[in-house]
Amino acid sequence: MFERFNAFDRGLLAQFRRLEQEMDEIFGDSLTWAGARNIRSLPTGTFPAVNVAATPDAVTVYLFAPGLDPKTLDTSIQQNLLSVSGQREVKLQKDATYYRQERFSGEFRRVISLPEDVDPDKVEAKYVDGIVQVTVGRQASAKPRQIEIQ
Amino acid sequence: MATQQELTKETRDTARVARRAERGELALRPPVDVFETADGLTLEADMPGVSKERLNLRVDGNTLLLEGKIEVPVGEQMEALYADVRSTLYRCRFALSNELDTEHIEANLKDGVLSVRIPKRAELRPRRIEVQSG
Repeated sequence: MFERFNAFDRGLLAQFRRLEQEMDEIFGDSLTWAGARNIRSLPTGTFPAVNVAATPDAVTVYLFAPGLDPKTLDTSIQQNLLSVSGQREVKLQKDATYYRQERFSGEFRRVISLPEDVDPDKVEAKYVDGIVQVTVGRQASAKPRQIEIQ
Repeated sequence: MATQQELTKETRDTARVARRAERGELALRPPVDVFETADGLTLEADMPGVSKERLNLRVDGNTLLLEGKIEVPVGEQMEALYADVRSTLYRCRFALSNELDTEHIEANLKDGVLSVRIPKRAELRPRRIEVQSG
């Protein structure tokens, strides 16, 4: 009954938790992330938030990191572990009274476990509207092959 | 292996969640910094995935509404493997006070950071009073 009442809104973490709860209720066990968490996973609300999607040819990792200079990002990949680290600094204004300071400021690092068949030599990254998009190609041999019947 | 019924239910649930997200019921409140100086108030919000076209910034009376549709560039045949962000909308609202001059709001969106500056009405800013001598 009180879920939508604004007075109980305690910021982004509470939002994520509520959303996650609702999502888990709806989807239950039918999607992978509702089950066991990856051992390298971080608590929800960590900056930057990450989404991962895949096609048979490539895996794309989206990092929600607005207000960055992409040149300061350090992206590296070791086998199937993608590591992205950097810094997002929010300069506090002098002579100003702050009422809210919710945006993350500081150094961050996220390590993402990708499917085993990714090819660490095929990595591309771009930064659009505050999202860092890292695309890693998958090894060709892992793709399902059609078998011709003579 | 999911049964046909389970898959249909999942499709319906996905559609239902998508509709709720569209209606803003599952909107995320973006992290916001708010600070005040002598001549105005500034608000900075993290809204990654929002471009100018998808931003809805409105003042209605004394309420400031910030809304942004999140779009993550996805390709065909993409399948989600993991998601921290599962909503398609950022939204937050603020009640503004009367000394703010809502006619002259300035906003800037760069790399997913929205910066909104609301000046104070000129006549209500703190003013030095010149004292004449003699």
